[in-house]
Amino acid sequence: MTLNQTIMCLAAAALLAGCNSSTSTSESSAPSVIPEANAAGPIAFAPGLASALPSSEVRGWTPEGDPITGEVTYAPDVPAPIDRDYPAKVIIELETTEEVMEIADGTDYTFWTFGGAVPGKFMRVRQGDTVEFHLKNHPDSKMPHNIDLHAVTGPGGGATSTFTAPGHETVFTFQALNAGLFVYHCATAPVGMHIANGMYGLILVEPPGGLPAVDKEFYVMQGDFYTTGEYGAEGLQPFSMDKAIDEDATYVLFNGRVGALTGDNALKAEVGDKVRMFVGNGGPNLISSFHVIGEIFDKVYPEAGTRFQENVQTTLIPAGGAAMVEFEVEVPGTYIIVDHSIFRTFHKGSLGMLQVGGDEAPAIYSGQQSDTEYEAEPLK
Amino acid sequence: MKIFLLVLASMTTVGPGLWRPLYPAEGEEEITVPAFELDEAAVTHRQFLEFVQEHPEWRRDNVGSLFADEGYLDSWAGPGELGSSVGRGHPVSGVSWWAARAYCSSRDARLPTEAEWELAAQASTEEADASEDPEHLAQILAWYSRPGNQTDPVAHSEPNFWGVYDLHGQVWEWVDDYASALVANDNREDGTVDITRFCGAGAITASLKIDYAAFMRIAFRSSLQADSTTRNLGFRCARDLPKEAP
Ligand SMILES: [Cu+2]
Repeated sequence: MTLNQTIMCLAAAALLAGCNSSTSTSESSAPSVIPEANAAGPIAFAPGLASALPSSEVRGWTPEGDPITGEVTYAPDVPAPIDRDYPAKVIIELETTEEVMEIADGTDYTFWTFGGAVPGKFMRVRQGDTVEFHLKNHPDSKMPHNIDLHAVTGPGGGATSTFTAPGHETVFTFQALNAGLFVYHCATAPVGMHIANGMYGLILVEPPGGLPAVDKEFYVMQGDFYTTGEYGAEGLQPFSMDKAIDEDATYVLFNGRVGALTGDNALKAEVGDKVRMFVGNGGPNLISSFHVIGEIFDKVYPEAGTRFQENVQTTLIPAGGAAMVEFEVEVPGTYIIVDHSIFRTFHKGSLGMLQVGGDEAPAIYSGQQSDTEYEAEPLK
Repeated sequence: MKIFLLVLASMTTVGPGLWRPLYPAEGEEEITVPAFELDEAAVTHRQFLEFVQEHPEWRRDNVGSLFADEGYLDSWAGPGELGSSVGRGHPVSGVSWWAARAYCSSRDARLPTEAEWELAAQASTEEADASEDPEHLAQILAWYSRPGNQTDPVAHSEPNFWGVYDLHGQVWEWVDDYASALVANDNREDGTVDITRFCGAGAITASLKIDYAAFMRIAFRSSLQADSTTRNLGFRCARDLPKEAP
């Protein structure tokens, strides 16, 4: 890697970070705080975490066993939970592409992707894993790309080490020090444009012992898109930098397309299922007021942190952030998934569906029981 | 004499003019680029094949790995033949900086500097400096956002103000100082750089906001090393103006 590459990436990373970052000096070797058991708040994310930590003062794990190829999935699927009780070396490959795909029926857009889809492929590793990350940039790409994984501790989150010209492949290795659900994205200049074109996804770092078991896991990621034509305008619609700078989104979408989660593509569950959604927000600009109409989140891990909140109706997901929401489905029917900044739902596309099958539960929800006229007082 | 040169190399005079770098060093917000000669068209596969035939050390089976990576001329059917799928009159691609330089020097020419290339490229068909013309910028971006490596024969579109074809819309092009854009101020002792150049100054300027295509070119060049080749990276040559007789 040449010096100019380093600088370019730093420039990009610094632009993103508000330009207050230092350069290549090591960020901090001091261990960051690991949450301890705390009677004041429930800790469900990291059972047995403390005992799994290495005893030395410097954090770090030594990979055991044979290297493993990391499983990656397209949204809305999520790789299976990890059933390993040791830290391993995990090899993950991701290819960046630039492809014309439908953003809505009859409307094409040139997406820039991690893995050929928006959002990018979902990765799942275990805290303490050593991840050997390969970034390939397809030879047909016009642009160089890189990746900044928020799960990485180190300058640029990997961006400085993965600046990749078309047709080339770069490799770097990181250790997943912190458990959590993290956004990754491209950080090549102009950063906002690479993100606006769809270059983001999620990586889950499971705590040792894993997450509590559920019946269904889904991957949903919101993003805002900016085209020169208006919402629904037909044909190939170019990216609009002006609208992006003005934060005047043309589309606000779940999983990169109008209808990615509706009709035949709706998420599916059965009455009695415990559902977990890994919800990310790629931005580039908008904050999501994530809500499922007709459900209450039994648990939300706000900002995908360690502690959870309970009985939440709507949760904020920052651009470049994520949340995990969990709920049990008790009543069959269709549940609409929205960004409750609600004009986005009805005019910009942020609408998904969860279809729940199973027996009616009239004790919980009766359905309409009558519709009659009543004697009203005249209005003044 | 002038006419003879033009016919021989199909060069045209560009400049003089002013170029405003995206990340200027202090005091270099505007650079005066003296007039120079630039190939009207990008170097084609056919021209590069002739070069390789005359200089077999640049065949892909002879070239050293320091001078070209594995993608060097890999669209050709063989080390000395184009094959039927390569358009002879299309811009050559898959060429390293070393190979592009060798080609130009075989023609008593050189690669254009970044300042020269950018000066030539900020012209529209009508204007010498269209760098703030939204329509011109939109045309450039249309190519940047079209995936794939399809090209047309060179010099089939309209030439720009200077008589130069295809600076946008076909392939990226090497410049001689492709790596200099961002390293002018580095300090190799401690590996730090003046980050304010890229953030405080660069991020807020109007030129960045309007001409983000220029930002993309810098990002692209920065991803290259001298042995790099990509399927959408070609080049053209430049030359100093002949010294005028006293
Ligand atoms: Cu990118």
